[in-house]
Amino acid sequence: MIKAENIFKKFEDTDVLKGVSMEFRPGKTNLIIGRSGAGKTVFLKILVGLLEPTSGSVWYDNIDFFSLNKKQVREIRLQVGMLFQGSALFDSMKVEENVRFPLDMFSKGTLAEKNKRVDWCLERVGLAGVHKKYPSEISGGMQKRVGIARAIVMAPKYLFCDEPNSGLDPRTALLIDELIQDITYEHNMTTIINTHDMNSVMEIGDNIAYLHEGLLAWQGSKDEVLSSENELLQGFMFASPFLQRLRSAALRAG
Amino acid sequence: MNFNLLYHIGRYVLLLRQTFSRPENLSMYWKETMRQMEDIGIGSLIIVALISVFMGAVAAVQFSYQLDGTLVPRWYIGYIVRDLAIIESAPTITCLVLAGKVGSNMAAELGSMRQKEHIDAMEIMGVNTAAYLILPKIIAAVFVIPLLVTLSAYVAIGGGYLATVPIGTLSADEYERGLRAFFLPRNVTMMYVKSAVFAFILTTVPCFQGYFVKGGNIELGRASTNAVVFSNILILLADYLIAVLLTG
Repeated sequence: MIKAENIFKKFEDTDVLKGVSMEFRPGKTNLIIGRSGAGKTVFLKILVGLLEPTSGSVWYDNIDFFSLNKKQVREIRLQVGMLFQGSALFDSMKVEENVRFPLDMFSKGTLAEKNKRVDWCLERVGLAGVHKKYPSEISGGMQKRVGIARAIVMAPKYLFCDEPNSGLDPRTALLIDELIQDITYEHNMTTIINTHDMNSVMEIGDNIAYLHEGLLAWQGSKDEVLSSENELLQGFMFASPFLQRLRSAALRAG
Repeated sequence: MNFNLLYHIGRYVLLLRQTFSRPENLSMYWKETMRQMEDIGIGSLIIVALISVFMGAVAAVQFSYQLDGTLVPRWYIGYIVRDLAIIESAPTITCLVLAGKVGSNMAAELGSMRQKEHIDAMEIMGVNTAAYLILPKIIAAVFVIPLLVTLSAYVAIGGGYLATVPIGTLSADEYERGLRAFFLPRNVTMMYVKSAVFAFILTTVPCFQGYFVKGGNIELGRASTNAVVFSNILILLADYLIAVLLTG
């Protein structure tokens, strides 16, 4: 479980986060949604420890992350996997080297053992035959899958995904969503996804947090999104007249 | 302005402190160090050889012109080319050129990694990114650049020979006599001290510039330019300080 308590973040004169508190439970896909500039990325970076909050605390299973020393931070980090918006695959390494990188760095296993784990991870994300290719030689969707394979190679307890669907076609985006959800359920991970993809919200949002101007404006599940009366959420989720009509029709149909 | 300078010096020192910490996995650092050695060493051989041959040739031609009609014996050209190469041109000019070639490359590489979130990705894995990305570069440079400087000194002396002996400015024996005259081994020590110090500067300053890049391509370009400019200034400053300290 990951818990954020009263997170404030200020950049010079700008208050980006104004006291956000949330809890993310294991075995669930937790989505953080919001308009551009709402503070989603900053919040995710604080949760994962890339940014320090101006005030507030982040707890990883009752451990206050920002009170840890470097060694303890590393121990937590070994339990964290992250999928980046641009995949963040290392250009100079082949796909298998990218996925094996965390194992090479921290695992004491033999090369054969590491390769076996890499094979399993690549198979799990549906990319069995791309070991020897460089990231530039595969599609954006495949890069995301390699990113997921690398994120799960150390069998993490916590998985963070920063806009996993950006730049992907709707079909591929759906596949990535399903993959993340399946992996979350299989390994009982605490998964936190930062997105503004409405399909993701409606498909895999077990727990959805809507951030608006640095504040938590709404929290609920995908089943509660349609019926919610929160105007800020509805204005964001069903921004176009078409989507508003669609929502009305869905509500009428029950 | 003063506050900014202190801020950057502080950040540079803190980055170095983070860089010189215990590696997570020696074999990964070793592999990266070997890759850097190849990049810096093999990748710079041709440019170093090329500039060195001309440095030696120009020095020989210029001194031959200066000594023409004076009472100074012509074999002094060999002596001057040798000492100029060992004391100044080989370490300093080579490192200034390498600051442009290797330094800008390092700043751009790290800056690009920062922009593409590669550094963040490593951080989240638990990697000490400053140590893994910078330490191998420093070790490789401090080991390889003195070798390049040695090569540069030899090639410069060869350049001086080619520019004078074949056209009859002086004989091969005279040039060799100059090369053997007034040799001070401590000048060679000074050459290696300079090359090691300059190697440290031309890796750490660009790495510092690249590691903390924020923004887009314009900032990346600026970081790369700053890397070269600041490295060059610091190399020349260090050159002066070492000269004062080791010849005083």
